[in-house]
Formats: sequence, C-alpha cells, structure tokens
Amino acid sequence: METMSPLERLLRGIALTLVVVFFMFPIVWIFLMSFQTNETILRIPPSVVFTPTLDNYAALITGKLQTAAGTLDIAFMRNLGNSVFLSVVSVAVALLLGVPAAYAFARHKFKGSEDIAFTLLSFRFAPPLLVLLPLTQYFQWLGLSNTYFGLIWVYQLICLPLILWIVRGYFEDISADVEYAYRIAGHSWFATFRKIALPLAGPGIAAAGLLAFIFAWNNFVFALVLASADKQPVTVGALAFVTASGIQYGQIAAAIVLSITPTLALALYAQRYLVEGLSLGAVKG
Amino acid sequence: MSDSALLLKDVDKFYGPIDYGVHAVKKLSMDVRKGEIIALLGSSGCGKTSTLRMIAGFEAVSRGKISLGGREIQTFPPVRRNVAMAFEGYSLYPPLTVRENIAFALKASKLSHSTVDEKVAGIAKLLEIEDILGRYPSSISGGQQQRASLGRALIRDASLHLLDEPMGQLEPQLRAVLRGRIKHYIKERGLTAILVTHDQTEANALADRIAVMEGGVLQQFDTPQRIKERPANLFTGTFVGEPPMNVFEASVTASENRLAFGLKDGIRLEYAASDFSHTVRDVLKRRQRVVLGVRPYAVKRSADGVTGRVAVNQWLGDQTHIAADFAGGTLVLVEHDRSNLEVGQPIGIRLEPASLHVFDGESGMAISHGEELA
Repeated sequence: METMSPLERLLRGIALTLVVVFFMFPIVWIFLMSFQTNETILRIPPSVVFTPTLDNYAALITGKLQTAAGTLDIAFMRNLGNSVFLSVVSVAVALLLGVPAAYAFARHKFKGSEDIAFTLLSFRFAPPLLVLLPLTQYFQWLGLSNTYFGLIWVYQLICLPLILWIVRGYFEDISADVEYAYRIAGHSWFATFRKIALPLAGPGIAAAGLLAFIFAWNNFVFALVLASADKQPVTVGALAFVTASGIQYGQIAAAIVLSITPTLALALYAQRYLVEGLSLGAVKG
Repeated sequence: MSDSALLLKDVDKFYGPIDYGVHAVKKLSMDVRKGEIIALLGSSGCGKTSTLRMIAGFEAVSRGKISLGGREIQTFPPVRRNVAMAFEGYSLYPPLTVRENIAFALKASKLSHSTVDEKVAGIAKLLEIEDILGRYPSSISGGQQQRASLGRALIRDASLHLLDEPMGQLEPQLRAVLRGRIKHYIKERGLTAILVTHDQTEANALADRIAVMEGGVLQQFDTPQRIKERPANLFTGTFVGEPPMNVFEASVTASENRLAFGLKDGIRLEYAASDFSHTVRDVLKRRQRVVLGVRPYAVKRSADGVTGRVAVNQWLGDQTHIAADFAGGTLVLVEHDRSNLEVGQPIGIRLEPASLHVFDGESGMAISHGEELA
C-alpha cells in the first residue's frame, strides 16, 4: 500500500474510532452497569460517575438476590456451570463425530456423499423454532426432555454441521499426495489420518471448534424450551432477573459480564490458531 | 521364481462407472523384469500417471491384475505393497525438515540412528541437497523440494520404485548430471524402477525399456534404440525423436523392377525394386495408401533428387535445422554444418530406401523399416 496523506490518515482514524465505539460501547456500558445499583443505573440523566459496588457479583455468587419483595434464590452459578458443561461436551461430541466425517467427505467421493453433506448443512437452514415443537413432543416421549443428554444431542444441530463443513474445507486443502506419501511409506490410512491429516488441519479444527463453542454458548431457545431451571445455561438463566418486583439491571449486567468472559478468553487465546487456520494454504505441500 | 518384478495383465482404469466412465487406461499388459528401469512415456492424459497410481495403490484397478514379485496386489492397500514413490507435486511433510522427511521413509524399517544418518547423508550427497537438510519444505525452491522428494523415495529398500516426473523442476544442467547418478544408484543396488515422464530425453537416458502410451493404450514397449529404429506405429514414430519424424501420405505403385511412391504435389519417389527385400516388396505391392516416415537426420541432400523449397534455415549452434516445403507438407532435415541456403531456394532431396519407415495408411501400423518388415 502506498503511503497515505495526513488527511487520509485522519479520516481513517476517525472511521476506525467510530467502528470501535459502535461495537465496544455496549460492552463497556454493561461492564460499568455491573458495578452499580439499580438506582444509579436508572437515574436520569445517566452518568458515568458513581460509587462502585460489588453487591451484584456477590448476589450472583451467593445465589441470594435481595429485592424489594424479599430474598430470591437464583441459580446463576449453576447456570454458568451448565453453560460450560453443555458447550464443552457438545463441541467435544461434535468434534469426535464431525472431524472423521469431514475427512471422509473430503477424501472419499462415494455415492450420495454430497447429498448427505448437504443434508447435514441444511440442519442450519431451518429456524430452530420450526423444529422445537415436534422436538419437544419427541423428547417427552423418549424421556429426553430436561436431560443433559437430550440437550447435548440437540446442540449437535448447531455444532455438527458447522464443524463438518469448515473442517472438510481444511482437509480438502491438504494435498492428497502428502497422505499418499505417508501411506506408501508403510502406514495404514488411520495412521495417516492421525499423523498427517489431523495435525495439518489442526488450526482449522481449532477454529471450527471455537466457532461451534461460541454458537453453543449463545444458544437460547433450545435450552429455554427443552430444559428446566436446574439444567439451563446462563443465556436462559438470566431471565430470572426479570422479577415480579422489577428488573434487576445491575445483576443482569454482572451476569452478562461473567457469562461472556469464558468465550472472550477462549477467543483471545485461540486467536493465533484462527489466523493460522485461515492461512492454511501457505503450508500446502 | 521368475525374474519378473511387476506384471500388469489386461489392466483397465475407468474414472466413473466401469464401461461408462472415462476410460483412462485400456487393457494394459506389461512385464517388468527385476533390476530394470522402465519409462512410461506419453503426453498429458495418456494414462501414464493413472497406471503408476494403480501400481502404488492410490487408484483402484477397474479390471485386470497387477502382480508384484509374484503376489497379486491390485486389492492391497498401499501399506502392504512395499513400493516407494516420488511424487510429481513433491508432497513433503510440511512440519518436518528435509532431513526428517527423507529419514522418515526409513522409520518403518527400524534401522539404527547411525545407519539412517549415514543413508540420508549418502542420498543427500547424490542429489546435492546436503546444505538444505535442516530446512523446512516451505523455505526451499521447487527444484530442491523435488530432489528431497526423490531422495525420500530412493532411500527406501522397496521392491519397486515409482518416480512420477522426478526431475521436471530441475535446471537442465543439474538434470543431466542427476540422471546419470540416479541411474547408477538404481543399477548399483539392483532396484526396479518405473519412471513416468513426458520428456523423451529423460526416458532415453534413464530407461532400459520405454513404454510409449497414448490415449490410455500402450503403443510400444521396447528399448529406446528399437523404439527409434523400429517404431511400431505412426504415433510412436512421430512422438519419439527430436525433431519429429517427417511423414507424408503416399500411394504405392510397383512393377517388375521398380517401386514408386506417389506423394502430394506430383512428387514421385522412384526406387529400384532391388532396393527393398523381397518380403517388403511383396507386402508393399499389395498396399495402396501408405504413410512414409523419415527421420530428419536421415534426409540427404542431392542435386538429382526430388525438389523442395527452403522455408526455414536455422543454425542452433551445433547443428542446422532446415525446413522445406515438400509434397504439400514440411520436411525437416538436420545437418551438422552451417548451411547458406536462402529461404525460397530450391533444395534437392534424396530419401534413402534404408531410412524409409512405411506405415499403413489407415491403421497407422508399421509395415516396414528400411529393408525389413516391421
């Protein structure tokens, strides 16, 4: 790129600032809200000057919510635990099933392979609400409603197609001859998959896993309908703050801060893999 | 035990359904002896790489049998075939250094560290890649990657070595040097190798026998010399040889003591019947339309011969290529000295009967080479 004139640099700076403010403001505002009481949050005009309090976090961690109508039990920490458990296990299952499947779709063109791959992708086309009602019925018949097993199964609708299609692309980018070279040197196809294909597609698999984790973490409707309080993740659990005596903005803000922290940390940590994953073409044999 | 290393019997390859898909290799039969170097020579898409990959086990054999050292292997996975291969696209393992890539091929053989190091050093010296052994594939040139890939294949002690365009990326000088060394290396160890190439110089230099392929069909399988001297058909005749063989359609007229070929533009090549053997004469007499072929090196100039007109006169530094408009086509001749012929000048040409290759006008199959029947 040629050097920019000072004016261009200024405009560029302004544009960048606008974008950052636009995207970061809600997060910063929520972060500030989480240290305030309902009174300071709701005062008019709003102000960034306040005495910070840790009451919101304390309430979340102890599970005792003080309201005008008395003390309410909330299960936020349990919700957070549920979120971690559901997302981790769902992604693990999806990786276990999806990565070998992606490899098969990438390397072996068999009859109907494209159709099967497309059908799996189509699970992401349908709006979740469309399948929820019949799913609720089936789950009741099968005794799967309000079980972790059932939820993880349904979460595969989110995770599996994502992992399958992203990872398949990474496998296709690896030259098949690199694998052949390994196989002809006296290794089985499974050893080749483990020792050559998996490491080479590693960054791509990490990227797909991370995306799937974020999608699973952010899911709301499946858990809302198919699970009751003790199995619900934070996305649904946050509804508890809408109480009969009013909306607990401070606690909601604190809950949001706590619930985005794991995904944010994971994303920051995995960033280098994501970048590596996206530039996989550079390491092609 | 026979000395057959590899035997292909009526091998067919279809991409897509058998009998309906693309027929890439057609009823290929071939016998490779132990210790032989074979070149599969042909243009792109002739089926040579498909053949190689079927032998390696990367492509399924649609029909037919492949035996390696007496075992039928066409249904075996690559791991059970004991075959080594150098890939056209190098296919080095990106996370490993060149040294590790080469040594890796020996992992399965459970040799001691010092033996492996010694072998790697030896092959690296042979291929002139000692200085890049510590580098990663992504940081070296295509030619270096190709040599590393070649080293990885040659270092193995396999029953068969498959080399897919092994020197395509190398500079001409290095290629010439390595050809000699690799041939020596293979012969010294008594390895059997199949080389796929579209470069006939490489095939001639390395191979004991050349299999010329075209359109999925094996055209001829013979020594380089016999392929040059006795091409089995018009394709081999024109494909092998540089510059290519001159060919002209001709009609045969024979009388008691004359044999004449009528070419286009009213050109007649007249020969005494005694210039040809009885058998050749008898066969030619019964043909009407034939194709005459003559190698550029065999074309002679003669004042009392037939006449063409010079179109190009090119001095290449060590030889002259003259192209002349002749009999409705172009005739190329090669001479060792500079020529002062001007473009447009008439040129007298003599085609010796001994250097004439006669092919059937329809099937293209060779009828005779000089005095002998094909």
